[in-house]
Amino acid sequence: MELYLDLHSQPCRAVFLFARATGIPFKFQLVDLTKGQQYSDEFGKVSVMRKVPVMKDGSFILTESIAILQYLLQKHSSLVPDHWYPSDLQLRARVNEYLSWQHMTIRAQGSKVFLLRAMFPIIMGSEAPKDKMDAAVEELKQSVDLLEQKFLQDKAFLVSDRICVADVVAVVELMQPVATGLDVFEGRPKLVAWRQRVKAELGPKLFDEAHEVILKVSGLSQTLQDSGALDLLRPKFQKMFS
Amino acid sequence: MELYLDLFSQPCRSVYMFAKKNNIPFEFKDIALMNGDHHSEAFGRINQLRKVPALRDEDFCLAESIAIMQYMAEKFKTPDFWYPADLQQRARVNEYLSWQHTAIRMNGSKIFWMRLMMPTVYELEVPQEKMDGAIEDLNTSLTLIEEKFIQDKAFIIGDNISLADLVAIVEIMQPLGAGLDIFEGRPKLSAWRDRVVDAIGKDLFDDAHQKILGAEEAIKHLDKSIVQIFKPKVIRLFL
Repeated sequence: MELYLDLHSQPCRAVFLFARATGIPFKFQLVDLTKGQQYSDEFGKVSVMRKVPVMKDGSFILTESIAILQYLLQKHSSLVPDHWYPSDLQLRARVNEYLSWQHMTIRAQGSKVFLLRAMFPIIMGSEAPKDKMDAAVEELKQSVDLLEQKFLQDKAFLVSDRICVADVVAVVELMQPVATGLDVFEGRPKLVAWRQRVKAELGPKLFDEAHEVILKVSGLSQTLQDSGALDLLRPKFQKMFS
Repeated sequence: MELYLDLFSQPCRSVYMFAKKNNIPFEFKDIALMNGDHHSEAFGRINQLRKVPALRDEDFCLAESIAIMQYMAEKFKTPDFWYPADLQQRARVNEYLSWQHTAIRMNGSKIFWMRLMMPTVYELEVPQEKMDGAIEDLNTSLTLIEEKFIQDKAFIIGDNISLADLVAIVEIMQPLGAGLDIFEGRPKLSAWRDRVVDAIGKDLFDDAHQKILGAEEAIKHLDKSIVQIFKPKVIRLFL
């Protein structure tokens, strides 16, 4: 089984962390987004969507991190303990509820904050307008409030007292704005404690390994310029930022 | 079991059709979004996220249409084709269900809001450039649905309808509610739509879509003052 990944990407980190933590064997195929490799002919043969992560299991190719996680959970159900995706009807529903909700909230808003802080200056040559930035940060804050109040509450993990895939999917998204110096965990002791527990369950070395590249994002500007990826990305981001 | 629904909402339509098609008994709890019902204290106790659809099964409350349908499929043991037990087939359903959130769902919603809700209810002018961009994004999603998801198959994952088609069709129907015929010039998509309608049953499909297809008319009789409090959020989301 091969996983096409770039650990700058949150969904890539989720799949990477889950497979490594549970001992599911895979070959790491780097698709370097900072070099625009997602647009290469070679990667185009793997996936026309030109996004990561992608899984290739024999001849079966699958996109979308959530689908990949669910596939791995089902395929390796005898290897992976039940708490990762509980077979109990209501607990599983809670996991599915988070996995669905997060796309347009934590994921979209965390990404937006990351892009405005890290990419806007590189692409547009100036800091992002304050009103846009403030609005994006406020939207993210409201979603993180809901994450704490509706999902986490007083439990150890999002769905129960054991870690599950929802926790992995959540934590990697929250780390994205953190990488730009915006500490979404600040003033949220409950969330900090949860992150600590998630890190401990996954393994601190593994967690740090997964987050190594994104935490070096301050060097991204130079990397993108050197690789020529900036020219590829510019029109796409200009549309997004206009 | 109660389902809290407003059939103006795409995910409510897929949940509604899925439950009815599978003869799953439920009480329809009407939540009129344009009346601000989703902001009532009572509804907040059902779904803190303040969105529809929501499910209540005795003391278990659940949000998110996809999670709701996965729950119903499992609990009521619906026919396998809706959410196949086969590893690869299920993966293809999950792949579509994941992709669609930030693609067709977002793009179709945006068009509905930009063409109908914003000018009519909120008296907001949408810059042509933004409208053109939104139409372009919608077309990109529709093309991907035709060329990557449906391809030459009868339905998204093969010969049988699944949750993927159910979730797809309701989103694709939304721009029609704002008077944009996205099926025009798309024979492949139209043929797929006919198959989906046939598999669901035309009466049920029409029943589910009556409200959205009458949206332009319904909006004229709306008490606009109720939803003005959402105006800043609408501006932030779509402009």
